Amino acid sequence: MSGPTRTPSGEETVPFTFDGTTYHARPGDTLAAALLANGVGLVGRSFKYHRPRGIMTAGIEEPNALVTVGKGGRAEPNTRATDLFVYPGMVAMSQNRWPSLSFDVASIFGLAAPALGAGFYYKTFFGPAKHWMRYEGFIRRAAGLGNAPTEPDPDNFSQRAGFCDVLVVGSGPAGLKAALEAAEAGKRVMLVEQDSAPGGSLLRDPDPAIDPAAMVDRIRALGGEVLLRTTASGYWDHNFLTLTQRLAEPGEVPPHGFAQRLWHLRAGRVILATGLIERPVPFANNDHPGVMLSQAVRSYLRRWGVLPGKRVVIATNNDDAYLTAQALVEAGADVVALLDARASGPAAPAGVTVYHDARPSSVTGRKHALRKVTAVIGGSEQSFDVDLIAVSGGFVPVSHLHMQAGGKLNWSEEAQAFVPGETPQACETIGAALAPPPAPAVAPAGKAKKSFVDFQNDVSLADIDLAWQEGYRSVEHLKRYTTLGMATDQGKTSNMVALSRLAEKQGVSVPQAGLTTFRPPFTPVTMGLLAGAGARNAGAHVRRIPLHALHEAHDPIWQPLGYWFRPRAYPVDGETLAEASLREARTVRTVAGLSDVSTLGKFEVSGPDAAALLELVCATTVGKLAVGRGRYTFMLREDGMVQDDGTVWRLAEDRYLLTSSTGGADRMAHFISYVRNSLRPDLKCSVVNVQEHYAGIALAGPKARGILAALIGAEPPRHMGYAPGVLAGVPVHVLAASYSGERAFEIHVEATHADKVWQAIEAATRAEGGAPYGLEAMELLRIEKGHVVVGGEVDGRSTPHDLGLGGMLNKVGGFIGAAGLTRPALSGPNRNNLVGLVSLDGPIPEGGMLIQRAGQSPQGHVTAAARRILEGVPIALALLQGGHRRHGEELIVTSPTRGEKARVRVTAPHFYDPAGERYRD
Amino acid sequence: MYQITCPHCGPRAQTEFTYERTTDSIVDPAAEPQTAMQALYTRANPMGLDDEIWRHTYGCRAWMVLTRHRVTHEIHAVKAIGPEALP
Ligand SMILES: [Zn+2]
Repeated sequence: MSGPTRTPSGEETVPFTFDGTTYHARPGDTLAAALLANGVGLVGRSFKYHRPRGIMTAGIEEPNALVTVGKGGRAEPNTRATDLFVYPGMVAMSQNRWPSLSFDVASIFGLAAPALGAGFYYKTFFGPAKHWMRYEGFIRRAAGLGNAPTEPDPDNFSQRAGFCDVLVVGSGPAGLKAALEAAEAGKRVMLVEQDSAPGGSLLRDPDPAIDPAAMVDRIRALGGEVLLRTTASGYWDHNFLTLTQRLAEPGEVPPHGFAQRLWHLRAGRVILATGLIERPVPFANNDHPGVMLSQAVRSYLRRWGVLPGKRVVIATNNDDAYLTAQALVEAGADVVALLDARASGPAAPAGVTVYHDARPSSVTGRKHALRKVTAVIGGSEQSFDVDLIAVSGGFVPVSHLHMQAGGKLNWSEEAQAFVPGETPQACETIGAALAPPPAPAVAPAGKAKKSFVDFQNDVSLADIDLAWQEGYRSVEHLKRYTTLGMATDQGKTSNMVALSRLAEKQGVSVPQAGLTTFRPPFTPVTMGLLAGAGARNAGAHVRRIPLHALHEAHDPIWQPLGYWFRPRAYPVDGETLAEASLREARTVRTVAGLSDVSTLGKFEVSGPDAAALLELVCATTVGKLAVGRGRYTFMLREDGMVQDDGTVWRLAEDRYLLTSSTGGADRMAHFISYVRNSLRPDLKCSVVNVQEHYAGIALAGPKARGILAALIGAEPPRHMGYAPGVLAGVPVHVLAASYSGERAFEIHVEATHADKVWQAIEAATRAEGGAPYGLEAMELLRIEKGHVVVGGEVDGRSTPHDLGLGGMLNKVGGFIGAAGLTRPALSGPNRNNLVGLVSLDGPIPEGGMLIQRAGQSPQGHVTAAARRILEGVPIALALLQGGHRRHGEELIVTSPTRGEKARVRVTAPHFYDPAGERYRD
Repeated sequence: MYQITCPHCGPRAQTEFTYERTTDSIVDPAAEPQTAMQALYTRANPMGLDDEIWRHTYGCRAWMVLTRHRVTHEIHAVKAIGPEALP
């Protein structure tokens, strides 16, 4: 085909470019229609073999004509030219060719073809690694589609929830009728159509009795919603569907900033009027530009007024293609021959010669244009000079959504097609998809090697035969071995052709050969659409602690912790993080420091059975606590592993406060609620999550007690004691707990009044020579003290015994995890136990492995590394096999990833004041 | 995505709920270790109806037991649990 093939019209034209050349389209053209109208037949290069490819279809099933459209971050690769409506200034580029579409090096030299047959990837990946090494560069260069854009997408993607009584998918004659009937019956109706115009097959085969536009107006007037350019992309459980709606064409600047919308739709009833997809016909070089599906030819003629060829052969096994012959004759084309594989058929239009028992065996072309069709007619061969062959191998009902809904398929022998059957959901299929035209099985007449089945992944009949020969019997294996149906078109035109070949090889019927599963999405979905507003972090929480603004004034280094941000350190005079945190930790050890601990999990448990609930949740005793006293505690999972730790305080006779780690606070809230509601709904108690109700301030150091006494005008509680008080005129809870290893207090105050309390404590602390300290200093202090941390030493694999906490377990049992702890393996001698490490030379690499000598398997790992705060000696906490018995042993810590190594001595994990003399009374 | 009828809030999308476990995998803290391990690691996993604990975590936060078909995902019954649901 050459030169424009379109009758002029009075309409304005739409300029666009393809591979840098400017062309003109008519309003409503797809890129495919516009290219054909401009005489462009070569549109792309195939994935593996770089074979020239043209336009085969007129719809979303197009496997060949893939382009990249748009510029910069807006570029959309692998877009079907048949599913892309031209807009002014559209920029489209062909793909997978170098240096140019018509002169492609890889295809000219046949670089790819011999190497990349069926199972190539499979054999390469399963073979020795050196095969992959050898082929990688070649594969990456040769096999490919369009390139993903490297810049961020400038457009927004919207997401919306929707509800309707009836969803109709497809606006062909059946869908329009069903939607209008439902709307007239007073139902809330949604009708979705992936095309830019309603009508479906009516756009190709108009029916004067049906006016799609008028029906759409009527549905809308009745309150129904009709969405064009909207694809039902996934059908999930309970009649939940995802719809992808294009608000602008690919690559187009969206008028309102939103490129697409993802609908989360719950429908009362779903009506699938999804129609049929035509089957191609396998013969040699059937992927050549100029080979087009019969109905597509009709679409280009009737919908767009484009004549895709002037001398045409039609090849068919069904009556539908005779309509194409009629349309071509009406348009003035020369239908050279109608090859009907059947022994008889309907009457052909005048002037068209019909050959029965006739099948195409090959086509040839010149300069990417089709030239000749060779056919086997009866027993002999005959050739025809043409520029187009319109093919129809039968029809495939579009049953993707039906199958995603869990529906069954019935085999139609006369149509050689699977037809939608029952579904477990409130869903039915109507229209053409239920009644594909009769189309008998036809044996391919051409050479298998160049008879393509999956055009997008370059899978030929010969590849299927090879897979069979190599022992791949199941359709699922065939698919994986040949990559059939695994391209972006998901085998819409190829699955049935391949399946019949497989059935033929097996000597079974097609349904016996099986069918692969159809999975969402129906057509490719842009990642940005799934992310929606979340792509720009709009969906992520930022939780600000009550004292955020006060910290901000000190310009701290912030650290994300759970959903929160907490100060990591407060550097002064250009200090580094390490310098600042060491200064802060030394201040705590020698004077006093204050720190924000507001994010700790906090739960108030009250009622007569409060202690009973806590003794389920906590693995330590709780009930024996006196009023005004607290203790360290930890919580186990049911398998006996520590999940979190904190403190528990008896505030009053039947009222307790339980704290947990920051990161574990949400998990702990869920856990306590589970225990309370599922296990012991009978307990008389209530649990209130007061994590955000109270801000918490830790005050620690040798001078902490004096500072606090002056502030509250009373003697603070002794270690592990609780007392209410008033500080800066604000009521506070004072808990005497030490995480740092110094005399320390947690002051909890209603969050709205926290500013005043912090300011008062900070002023008093600074007056004594103290300072605020951040998370990093807290980490140095706790490592030196040997306190475990959730997410560090408490890694989901450690029992209380492993962490040296076994002695604190509630001897009576009855807590969550007590049964799990009795498993014999948990008391074995080689568990990973918490130990301390003191360096015998340099710094200890964090995360390093513990070994006795080079080449040995690791016997443990370093969980946290630091230095003695005042002395500077490198120390660490570690989990070590049988560590409790190995104090005094010398080991090597090695971190091959960091290239660091240190000799260490194993010690108890408490480096600082092991007896707790600095805070005990 | 399921549609779950919360006993307190009515029909809501599954995304508002969290799955906890099947009722046969509840570990009774008072149970003998053998029985507890059975519940923890050996589950019935029937190809049919099963009772599951769910929570309307991003709604009213109440707990419930769903009787759900594991093949068709049909939800046959939803029953509130917790102190308020006690007789
Ligand atoms: Zn609810």
